[in-house]
Amino acid sequence: MKPLYEPTEGLLPVDTSYCAGCGHGVAHKIIMSCIEEKGRLGDTIGVSPIGCSVVAHQFMNVEMCESAHGRAPAVATGIKRVHPNHLVFSYQGDGDLASIGVTEVVHAAVRGEKITTFFINNAIYGMTGGQMSPTTLIGQRSTTSIDGRKPEINGIPIRMSELLATIDGAAYIERVALNTPANIRKAKKAVMNALEVQEKGLGFSLVEFISTCPTNWGLTPVDSLKWAAENMIPYYPLGVFKDTRGDEK
Amino acid sequence: MSEKVLMKGNEAFCEAAIRGGCRFYVGYPITPQSEIPEYMSHEMPKRGGTFVQSESELGSINISYGIACAGGNVFVSSASPGIALMQEGMSFACSAEVPIVILNVSRSGPGIGGIQPAQADYFQVTRGGGNGDYKIPVFAPSTMQEAIDIIYNSFEIADQLRNPVIILADGMMGQMMEPVVLPEEKQPYKTEAEITKYKPWALTGTKNKDHRNRIVSYWAKPEELEHHIIHLFEKYAKAEKELVRYETIGAEDPEIVFVAFGTMARIVAEVIEILNNEGIKAGMIRPISLWPFPKAPFEALSPEKTKVVISTELSMGQLLADVENSVQGRIPTRLINRVGGIVPTTNEILERAKKILGELK
Ligand SMILES: Cc1ncc(C[n+]2csc(CCOP(=O)(O)OP(=O)(O)O)c2C)c(N)n1
Repeated sequence: MKPLYEPTEGLLPVDTSYCAGCGHGVAHKIIMSCIEEKGRLGDTIGVSPIGCSVVAHQFMNVEMCESAHGRAPAVATGIKRVHPNHLVFSYQGDGDLASIGVTEVVHAAVRGEKITTFFINNAIYGMTGGQMSPTTLIGQRSTTSIDGRKPEINGIPIRMSELLATIDGAAYIERVALNTPANIRKAKKAVMNALEVQEKGLGFSLVEFISTCPTNWGLTPVDSLKWAAENMIPYYPLGVFKDTRGDEK
Repeated sequence: MSEKVLMKGNEAFCEAAIRGGCRFYVGYPITPQSEIPEYMSHEMPKRGGTFVQSESELGSINISYGIACAGGNVFVSSASPGIALMQEGMSFACSAEVPIVILNVSRSGPGIGGIQPAQADYFQVTRGGGNGDYKIPVFAPSTMQEAIDIIYNSFEIADQLRNPVIILADGMMGQMMEPVVLPEEKQPYKTEAEITKYKPWALTGTKNKDHRNRIVSYWAKPEELEHHIIHLFEKYAKAEKELVRYETIGAEDPEIVFVAFGTMARIVAEVIEILNNEGIKAGMIRPISLWPFPKAPFEALSPEKTKVVISTELSMGQLLADVENSVQGRIPTRLINRVGGIVPTTNEILERAKKILGELK
């Protein structure tokens, strides 16, 4: 009989430190099972960010280092330059990637670095306790926008995948969601594609995951999935924004 | 093979790094060190190395950190405000125990400052600048040959200490031409097997290994973090003994002692010669390592014989602070300085020193 669900060797058999209903655990599982399927656990190096997932290396069964807040794509650049044949990835939240680290991710794409960035967009600063992030939605409440984000004061949420797709060095950009089994299957396909792009040396690749933060959203895990579907996905449409596979001569 | 050549400072610094076994350079343009990224951009690929022009000095230090985590010998250079941007990354590298060789061809300051020689980054490089409890060995060469020898050896020092190392130079040294002897080229280790052998902590992937490496800065529990900081400071205590470098020149039992490093030390050496010819016993303590700061030559001074210790510097008393710390009130201390990119002449120092001596009599 074919098992319906199996653990992956890509994750260590330990409890994670993430809250109930947090998307980090699901994203970890997807990414690591793809790397396992590719048979690349032994020659993959990951970079964890500053954010709730700073400790990702306690769960992901590959060699990893931590990086200063926002700088993971720069660190991954350095690693890839030493080990050009390894799979190298950065794993980052929306505060890390879309706020303090915009320069690093943009220029990793501009240089066409052959790395893959996994961008976990939960529309809030999780680790620091629920402050507004650049991807917090208009009207969304946070501890620094208690009456909801107002465009005239706080600006308008940034769509990083669309922005990065305009850069020629970016070879694969896709936004996926973690809210339903069907979306999780699509997310896995996206990760496989992004890693394939890296293996082929086509350029920079990124998968953005629409994720959840029940603790800081003040919702139950189930309501968080609903909230993501009803509010985040309409503003952050899912899909492939860039795919240069097939363009190569 | 060692060879004698005439080279511009900034280019000689690069050759020293390459010959010291470095095959990764990261940089961002800033005067007075822009010749360094220029030289590295064409030289590194020829020598089997990698040149990365970063998007900023934040990029520089963090790309360097990634290279170092992966086991590459990495050299990064900048000047004062660029070094300021790197200092969060330096603190991070110290805490994660990752070796990076950093060159500051410093400007005058504060703010954007100027490109003429200054030593106003003394506190910046010796007192941290980044957050938390950490130390970085800082070497301040005063001749081009010394700069070459220091840069050449810094990669080994950084690797052994598993910590960044800083070399502090200034615009005068970066731009000046001097005949130098280039040391023999060390072979860099580049293969995964070599990296794993020499840097067993580096990230090369788990295949061909019986363990999984992680490089971390975050310690969730205060007890763990305290333990880690104590471990770092045990390393620093050892470094304080082993890495201290200085030179003393001039008369035995001098009545006037100058303290100077880098460019200033070259001028002070002339002042001492003149004073000694005039029958005034003068000497110089020249710190080569700014951290660890050499305390021993100050302890050796006798208050009966030495009337004054003069910090001679291109900053507003930053070196003087370490001089006072080392003299500990046993002998009067004074300051002779110029700032803003102005270097005092031999005569100016001579006259000001004589005036100080006169006032003390
Ligand atoms: C230079 C710097 N600024 C601020 C912080 C504080 N800080 C830690 S995590 C974080 C944001 C984390 O949010 P996000 O990247 O969205 O990840 P999440 O925790 O939600 O997964 C911030 C601002 C820091 N560690 N370093």
